[in-house]
Amino acid sequence: MKPYLRDRIPETLAELPDATAYEAGYLVTKNAGWRSSRPVIHQETCRGCLKCYLYCPEGVIFQDGGKVKIDYDFCKGCGICRKICRFGAIEMEEEK
Amino acid sequence: MGINVKTLCKDEFFYGHKACAGCGGSLAVRIALKVLGERSFAVLPAGCMSAVGFNFPQLCFGNNAVISTFAGTASMLTGIEAGLRAQGIRDFQAVGFAGDGGTADIGLQALSGAIDRNDDILYICYDNEAYMNTGIQKSSLTPFGARTTTTPAGKNIRGNLRPKKNMFEIVAAHGIPYAATASIGDLNDFMEKVEKASRIKGTKYIHVIAPCPTGWGIAPDETVEVAKEALDCGLWYLAEYEEGSGMTLNYRPGTFASVEHYLKRQGRFRHLTGDDIDIINHSRDVKWKLIEKNLGE
Ligand SMILES: Cc1ncc(C[n+]2csc(CCOP(=O)(O)OP(=O)(O)O)c2C)c(N)n1
Ligand code: SF4
Ligand code: SF4
Ligand code: SF4
Ligand SMILES: [Mg+2]
Repeated sequence: MKPYLRDRIPETLAELPDATAYEAGYLVTKNAGWRSSRPVIHQETCRGCLKCYLYCPEGVIFQDGGKVKIDYDFCKGCGICRKICRFGAIEMEEEK
Repeated sequence: MGINVKTLCKDEFFYGHKACAGCGGSLAVRIALKVLGERSFAVLPAGCMSAVGFNFPQLCFGNNAVISTFAGTASMLTGIEAGLRAQGIRDFQAVGFAGDGGTADIGLQALSGAIDRNDDILYICYDNEAYMNTGIQKSSLTPFGARTTTTPAGKNIRGNLRPKKNMFEIVAAHGIPYAATASIGDLNDFMEKVEKASRIKGTKYIHVIAPCPTGWGIAPDETVEVAKEALDCGLWYLAEYEEGSGMTLNYRPGTFASVEHYLKRQGRFRHLTGDDIDIINHSRDVKWKLIEKNLGE
């Protein structure tokens, strides 16, 4: 199961867990704000080799029609994907 | 067999975590869980991976996962495995992810006990070579010369005075069914080892080097290439131990790449002198003699 963003942050006592256990994969905040530059995948150059998908520490690169795309909600802009791509298909762009 | 990027599970089980950008430890945890799948029960002691994965209500594991005491990774794995088995649950993997401090220092006794009982668990040590979560203190897996907050580099003492503990050899010396070293610089090798370990009954141990940009003084986009460079210059090595057949070496560089280049690109080693680097080169050669001896060569 892939953890995903929920629309509710548990707030009231009734919503808080009684014990120390809680639902797996419960996300309430994004990581996009950490990024100072964003990786951009040039779809024409991408060969779909999946190396960037494998080496992304966040797991935010996903397969899409033989190529790859990025979930920018959780990409931190580390740039590992840009360095690992042998085809130069990924460029980092300054976040404004 | 034949696990690779194409056959790897497409689901993500470690997502939205708060590790620093480019964190090698989080990459190791992510990939291991993709290999093991959703029927893994993960145990994480105090350390970066539990700190960044469990910030209620931001819970970043998609599988069952629990925080253990700092020393108790292996004993909690033992309990989880026995508990699930007692409930009649089959086809699962109890897997631990502990740091170098949590493994080679405080958690060593619990790990040794689990290996002695041959409990059916997989223990993965992600080694970032210091106590990172509490602000970069030296562990027994911090290499010689590294600057940490407890081994500062000054005029008289230039960083850590002690060599890195031979943790893989210590585990192998128990006569464990399976042990391996790995690196986030070679994920194909790491995936294969995790997959192989998951098919073996009894205790399994994988020691994966996982550079930490924050503690090593490297840029976030350098973690993977620095991990690779450690292999190429011979300061880390890829090996396996199997009960019965002994040690195998998975990668041997033709000639070693420059140790100095590897060291000097990292903030934690920048203070080292030529003499210090000679010492490190020498200890690398001694270590490789030991590796070859263990191979029976
Ligand atoms: C018994 C005990 N002592 C000390 C601590 C404080 N502590 C929490 S995380 C940590 C560092 C863990 O280092 P390591 O195992 O290498 O993992 P890393 O943080 O580097 O990922 C320490 C000392 C604790 N939680 N419990
Ligand atoms: S590494 Fe490059 S070519 Fe390969 S999938 Fe990623 S962007 Fe495409
Ligand atoms: S920049 Fe880092 S986090 Fe973002 S997609 Fe690339 S590797 Fe993943
Ligand atoms: S301090 Fe190091 S190990 Fe801890 S989350 Fe940051 S990069 Fe990862
Ligand atoms: Mg550590």
